[in-house]
Amino acid sequence: MTIVKWNVRAGAYYDSVVLMQLQRGLLGLPGVVDAGVVMATQANRDLLAANDLLPENIPANADDLLIVVKARDDSSATEAIGKVDELLARRKSSTVSEDFRPRSLSSAVKQLPEANWVLISVPGRYAAGVAREALELGKHVFLYSDNVSLEDEIALKKSAREKGLLVMGPDCGTAIINGIGLGFANRVRRGNIGVIGASGTGTQAVTAQIHNLGAGISHAIGTGGRDLKSEVGAITAQQALDVLARDPETKVITLISKPPSPEVATQLISTSLSTGKPVVIYFIGYPPPARKIGNLSFAISLSEAAEIAVRQVSVSGKWLSVNSRKGYVRGIFSGGTLAYETLLGLQASLSPIYSNGPITANQNLKNPLKSEAHSIIDLGDEFFMVGRLHPMIDNDLRIRRMKQEAADSEVGMILFDVVLGEGSHLDPTGELVPAIREIQASRKDIEFIAMVIGTDEDPQNIQSQIDQLMQAGVAVFRTAAEAVEYISLKFSQQKSDQFPPVNLEQLKQPLAGINVGLESFYGSLISQGAQAVHVEWRPPAGGNERLANLLAKMRK
Amino acid sequence: MNIDTANTTAINRLMEARPILKGVAPARDVIPDMKDNLILHAGPPIEWARMSGPLKGAVIGAMLFEGLAGSETEATSMVERGEVEFDSCHHHGAVGPMAGVTSASMKVYVVENAEHGNKSFSNLNEGYGKVLRYGAYSEEVLKKLHWMNDVLGTALTDALAASNGIDMRALIAEALHMGDEGHNRNKAGSLIYLKLLAPLIAKTMKDNAAMSEVLQFIGDNALSVLNPVMAACKAMTDAAHGVEGSTIVTTMARNGTDFGIRVSGLGEKEWFTAPAEIPVGLFFSGFSQEDANSDIGDSAITETAGIGGFAMATAPAIVTFVGGTPKDAVSATLEMYEITFSESKFFTMPVLDFRGTPTGIDLRKVVELGITPRINTGIAHKNAGVGQVGAGLVRPPLKIFEQALLAYAEKYGL
Repeated sequence: MTIVKWNVRAGAYYDSVVLMQLQRGLLGLPGVVDAGVVMATQANRDLLAANDLLPENIPANADDLLIVVKARDDSSATEAIGKVDELLARRKSSTVSEDFRPRSLSSAVKQLPEANWVLISVPGRYAAGVAREALELGKHVFLYSDNVSLEDEIALKKSAREKGLLVMGPDCGTAIINGIGLGFANRVRRGNIGVIGASGTGTQAVTAQIHNLGAGISHAIGTGGRDLKSEVGAITAQQALDVLARDPETKVITLISKPPSPEVATQLISTSLSTGKPVVIYFIGYPPPARKIGNLSFAISLSEAAEIAVRQVSVSGKWLSVNSRKGYVRGIFSGGTLAYETLLGLQASLSPIYSNGPITANQNLKNPLKSEAHSIIDLGDEFFMVGRLHPMIDNDLRIRRMKQEAADSEVGMILFDVVLGEGSHLDPTGELVPAIREIQASRKDIEFIAMVIGTDEDPQNIQSQIDQLMQAGVAVFRTAAEAVEYISLKFSQQKSDQFPPVNLEQLKQPLAGINVGLESFYGSLISQGAQAVHVEWRPPAGGNERLANLLAKMRK
Repeated sequence: MNIDTANTTAINRLMEARPILKGVAPARDVIPDMKDNLILHAGPPIEWARMSGPLKGAVIGAMLFEGLAGSETEATSMVERGEVEFDSCHHHGAVGPMAGVTSASMKVYVVENAEHGNKSFSNLNEGYGKVLRYGAYSEEVLKKLHWMNDVLGTALTDALAASNGIDMRALIAEALHMGDEGHNRNKAGSLIYLKLLAPLIAKTMKDNAAMSEVLQFIGDNALSVLNPVMAACKAMTDAAHGVEGSTIVTTMARNGTDFGIRVSGLGEKEWFTAPAEIPVGLFFSGFSQEDANSDIGDSAITETAGIGGFAMATAPAIVTFVGGTPKDAVSATLEMYEITFSESKFFTMPVLDFRGTPTGIDLRKVVELGITPRINTGIAHKNAGVGQVGAGLVRPPLKIFEQALLAYAEKYGL
């Protein structure tokens, strides 16, 4: 036995969907068998009648809300009718939905157009694809993912460089941009020290130490551990050096890396020389060429790198002027150890460099009689000594070699030593200077550098030797270290204008990021007060490789 | 070949299409290749044996209406003897809600795309209750169909003939600003439609009693405008079909058994199909999920054109379909931007700062993200003739998009 109760609300309009919802609510009440909630149009009345839910003689027309409840007993029916208002008023607060989380990078960008960074921490085999898309959308990339192939890394970085964008990573653990830490980063105060790190924990150690010493960080730019390998060629580190050099907030730059490849280290050091700012360099496992070369300081530990950087903030540096000399330097030495020390110093910033007394195997000069690129020649080497006097006594071989070098149009600088003292030639410059002047008559562009080793008590009269050289326009230094510094600065590489620079103004805008991957990175951005959007990322085509490969071909 | 360029062409054609409702005429006079023994139906092509209850019922009803058969048994045996032909509405520029059954004598809306010249067609909407489109074919259903053809149809023919046609793109755009999404909610659009027709009907109809009936019928039926809206969407999506290299989906349709899609850069009659899913939704009193038929109808042409479920954000009155709050409705639309190539220039949504609706489903994005289109839909009873039992949400099976992608790769040698 069931009982039917009804209620009519005149002139109350509700959308049918609201009514279906109410009906579902009524059905859920105890004792209710069936319910109908409709605007009492003819069609709806017919529908109720068909389900045996239309009581007779109901005074309702199309504009009235008709509520009918069929229940097991009278009280259940009455109670249900009594609940109508409550059910209509009920807000679904228990199911408050979250803000929409985009599923793709492109719609995330639409949601947060001011985003300037994309943080990527998806599994390695998908990471390059996401990074490529981010670059296409004109965003800098923080690429935390590892297991990205070297080819992909090179391709990504080249494409970023074409667009004036940075790819930090792959395998980049740490960065601090505009005071906002990306990935793993310590909370450090803002300041005037810019950090470029090819090592995540190295960057953390240095930035934390800088903070602990009372200074702060402008930006810490990560490069990923492979950036300083020769295959990648420090593309990101070079861009970072350039942008930090242009950033007025950055007073000191600190460059740290796990063991770099020597030729890449050389290029970076060379570029660092032309930044016009103090640059503190710590390349773990790489022999420092000196304590200081011009604006560069070489540290021997992470903590020392931080300490030097902090000291440099308050020092207004003055360095020898730099320029980008074209051509090669050729060193024609009589002293083997002087040649060796000069090579050690110059190899940090000149590349390629060769010698008949090489430090590393790849510096070996194939034919000691013929210089290549930058060359440091020890004429006192056995090879040259067969049937000859030592070049400290006999200048003939040196003069001929100097003329030979000057005949090479690619040579821009000739370096030589003048070693005075007992046993040496009594007036070496008296023979060398006429030869230099002869060369200068046809090659005004060649710069001559002399390294004069001796004392004021030596028999040759050191002052007159120096004067003769200087009158001939030769730059004279008394130590190898000074000569090395001078030459390094002369040959420092200006930044190449081949690629658009990273936009400094954009880098200085408040960080807004799109996070693809580890959700904790998103939480970290939000808790640091940055704007961020998290992409609900899934492997393309649900991980179906065949489809994913097709999609990759169908990208454009 | 550049897919983005091809898609831009296809989408521009879809958006620039200018569907104008020009008139109402018997199907045999206007629908290409229409024949007296041909019955058009919704969705991809299907043979009698595999048709679902509602579609079979509608086919029988149409045969009785046409006088091809005198009874249900006769109709069934004629079909089994192969005396009746079936084809997909879409192969003839037509669309129809639910069963979508259209036969030669039925009067249909004629929509002309003023920009590209193609035409599309849709039958007249019968309103609620027992109706042919849900497979009902009782005396009362047929009687209504005859009234619609003879009285309503004639009135519409005359009224539209007295006008320059009704600009459907403008009508849809306005309705979207009044709480319609153009598929499950067409209340506002139907009232605009009534407003536009009423003076024309008053000018052309002589019999006041009949005029009152006609106006009452159009006004009472909140789905009156659904069929011309669908025909308009069909005119738009057909304009976007056949662009070499394009990955834009130009048809989504269901016949109650299969869900099928077509893609602009693939064949004219190349369908990708899989069993249609059963919609999930809210039910009228006395019905439940178990009564629901598999997804049916051509009305997903609205989503294909960028409205319906894709414009959910603009229809707060029916948010219950998507979880209950206006925020869920916004999220539903935002999700569809993930898989569309573009945003409509003409259909905008106030709640999203007048952002255009997500337009042009890109096969590539569907497969890449695994997000299938959201379709708002009416739910048919699985037995012929019972009618609509509710309304809700359905999505096409992902695998038909994957099939289409593979076919694309094969055609274009990827």
